[in-house]
Amino acid sequence: MVKEIERYGIPIVHMSTITTISESVGANRIVPTIAIPHPVGNPNLPENEEYSLRKKMVERAIDALGTEITEVTQF
Amino acid sequence: MAKKFRVLYYVNQFFGQIGGEEKAGVAPTFEAKTLGPALGFNGLLGDEGEVIGTIICGDNYFNENKEEALEYIMNVVKEQKPDIVVAGPAFNAGRYGMACAGVANAVVDELNIPVVTGMYVENPGVEECKSKAYVVSVADSAGGMREALPKMANLTKKLAKGEEIGLPEEEGYIPQGKRLTIFSDKRGSQRAVEMLLSRLNGEAFETELPMPVFDKVEPAKAIEDLSKATIALVTSGGIVPHGNPDRIQSASAQKWGKYDVSNIDALTGEYYTIHGGYDPVYANEKPDRVAPLDLLKEFEKEGKIGKVYEFFYTTTGTGTSVGNATKFGVEIGKELKEAGVDGVILTST
Amino acid sequence: MKLELRRIHIKDIQFGNETVVKDGILTINQEELVNKLKEDERIKEVKVDLARPGEKVRIIPVKDVIEPRVKIEGEGNGFPGVTTKMAQVGSGKVNVLYGAAVVTVGDIVGFQEGVIDMWGEGAKWTPFSKTYNIVVDIKPVEGLAPHTHEETVRLAGLKAAEYIGEAGRNIEPDEVLVYEMGSHAEESKKYPDLPRVLYVEMLISQGLLHDGYIYGVNSQLILPTLLHPNEELDGAVISGNCVAACDKITTYQHQNNSVILDLYEQHGKTINFLGVILTPELTTLEGKFRTCDYTAKLCKTLGADGVIISEEGYGNPDSDLLMICKRLEKEGIKTVLITDECSGWDGMSQPLADTTEEAVAVVSTGNVSHVIKLEPADKVIGDINAITTLAGGWEGCLEEDGSLQCELNAVIGSTSEIGYHNCTVKLY
Repeated sequence: MVKEIERYGIPIVHMSTITTISESVGANRIVPTIAIPHPVGNPNLPENEEYSLRKKMVERAIDALGTEITEVTQF
Repeated sequence: MAKKFRVLYYVNQFFGQIGGEEKAGVAPTFEAKTLGPALGFNGLLGDEGEVIGTIICGDNYFNENKEEALEYIMNVVKEQKPDIVVAGPAFNAGRYGMACAGVANAVVDELNIPVVTGMYVENPGVEECKSKAYVVSVADSAGGMREALPKMANLTKKLAKGEEIGLPEEEGYIPQGKRLTIFSDKRGSQRAVEMLLSRLNGEAFETELPMPVFDKVEPAKAIEDLSKATIALVTSGGIVPHGNPDRIQSASAQKWGKYDVSNIDALTGEYYTIHGGYDPVYANEKPDRVAPLDLLKEFEKEGKIGKVYEFFYTTTGTGTSVGNATKFGVEIGKELKEAGVDGVILTST
Repeated sequence: MKLELRRIHIKDIQFGNETVVKDGILTINQEELVNKLKEDERIKEVKVDLARPGEKVRIIPVKDVIEPRVKIEGEGNGFPGVTTKMAQVGSGKVNVLYGAAVVTVGDIVGFQEGVIDMWGEGAKWTPFSKTYNIVVDIKPVEGLAPHTHEETVRLAGLKAAEYIGEAGRNIEPDEVLVYEMGSHAEESKKYPDLPRVLYVEMLISQGLLHDGYIYGVNSQLILPTLLHPNEELDGAVISGNCVAACDKITTYQHQNNSVILDLYEQHGKTINFLGVILTPELTTLEGKFRTCDYTAKLCKTLGADGVIISEEGYGNPDSDLLMICKRLEKEGIKTVLITDECSGWDGMSQPLADTTEEAVAVVSTGNVSHVIKLEPADKVIGDINAITTLAGGWEGCLEEDGSLQCELNAVIGSTSEIGYHNCTVKLY
């Protein structure tokens, strides 16, 4: 899905855990996430720590959309 | 005696004996005769079938006036009502191959009539139509006509009689790209042991699953001013509103959903997961862990991004074929493009 | 270790006053079985049904399948670490009620599995249409936490198999299979010139309903582990998996692991079979790198010349499968992979979620998305409506007359990636 949306010229960032698959399959902007059942989260952390972690990840994703790239890049 | 099945034949100006390059611009014509290779082909059908006519069209004409050419050709097909349409063989002639492919796709898509053609494996026409028509693998020059026609005729007869079409290597056609599940006489583990023994002994073996090759896409241009940008959130984590109103499948999704999130600050409370491929406990507690709408809304308030797109898109990524995923991507992408969305965050599980 | 699997061929099953085997007929005292299972206070209700090959019976939703056995000599009767005390398994004598199977059904916490048809089209796609099935429908008490609910049903199935297996204790077997293999040093001395082969068995280890257990240890918690093949054949590994019926390894299939059996067959003849490495499929990238590196290192340390790798599941574990393959091939170790594919309803989609050019030898056990049409059954054991929510079914796939369409995804064991069944894929 990531590639098809990108074909329209819309910058897209793939937030996923198994980045090896993202790369094989051809996503260009990738943000690695924590784990398959909770990519943008970590229930094992206390609430405030989980919040900071999540906020940082999403910020990285947004910044990735604003960054020019020429090849597959992990943020 | 059983009725003979009807075949409509398509050739270019050269094989139709009108002329060579200088006649490549001729518009299509139809005659209720067996012209060019159609004559020999007709003989191969025996008394089971017959070629009821031949369409001749210049290769340049077809490729440069595709719409008009197809209009004429399809009308002939509709009038003549053949059981099978046969085109070529085009050998390695690129324009001829593309023309045969164009005819094949139109006939199959619009009228659901089977098409048999013949091309050299490198002819660009092959990729165009191999999944819809049966493209017999032929030589790269017209010298291969004698071998080509019987194979094309054989397939034609089977299709007309509704017989099962065998493997590409048995019937002589270029694989259509369909991976079909069948029964083997040996269980999988036995085949694996034999394959390993072959490898260890340096003997030849054949893999049952050639590795896929994925195509790449040019990275899209970055967003210049994030503070003015509209960002959309999409997920393959199967996060849906309570009750799964659109009944998205928990595996092998056949559809995607689109939900208005303009009035909420987070997915938690109203959404849950229906994705059958991961432990759902954490996502059900807090679906924003899979699709972080809450943080996007925060960044919108803080001014880091201009706006969170009003719709949230979701589907299930497990067991969902690449074919379907591609389709969803195309459909969702179209909506996002038309809505003027500047960037997308897509989360996966 | 030396293990004797002594098969008592079961030719029919029936209910009766005692649980006993006579002349190949297994009789079960229904009430006694139910009471035995209800000893677990977390179980509210138990229903027992019988399904024989050829009957127009449909069983749905299936959780696990277990082979009823009893150990008559040697330690570790039952499933050590799970239903019985910890013991070292892999040696001794086991009486097997061969041809019978315990099938557990019933509501389970999440999206479940699977269907078994005992006749017709559906029967072709599952190996369990050929077994005499004792179907146990377990209903736990209300209010159990999800992990507890899963455990309750899992243990009940295993206990049912033990209770029924006990009926074989004093019966003379129809055939005896001997599995004997010493230490690596001993075997290599006997067969110095035979190529050394390992079996890497990947297990889904991804959380609730996606787990496997080795001597009761959740596979999420382990590093890749070397096992003597006899251990798996003797009950060391059980299934806690209930996600995709097509390639989930049932407990029955662990007890009768076809890769182990087929490699054992070649041991001492064409190969020196070194054993099994159990490898967990984890949900983090770090975890995957760790297990793949570790697995490759074990194979290298043990001096393997060739390795067969089987997967469990599809999607993210495709990545692990290919990473292990790549690492091994780069070390000069020849691999054969066994996996199923997700090629879509029309068979035209790319089959795997990941790719690597080193994977040159792959056995495909079928396209999980292949759609089949099943006729209405005369009798449904369980709940037919489950088909609309389990993996491989969809809303509307069940017709009013009871016929249904579903993908192979929904059929127990159809695309077994340990190659237990005989599906394959050809390119047309």
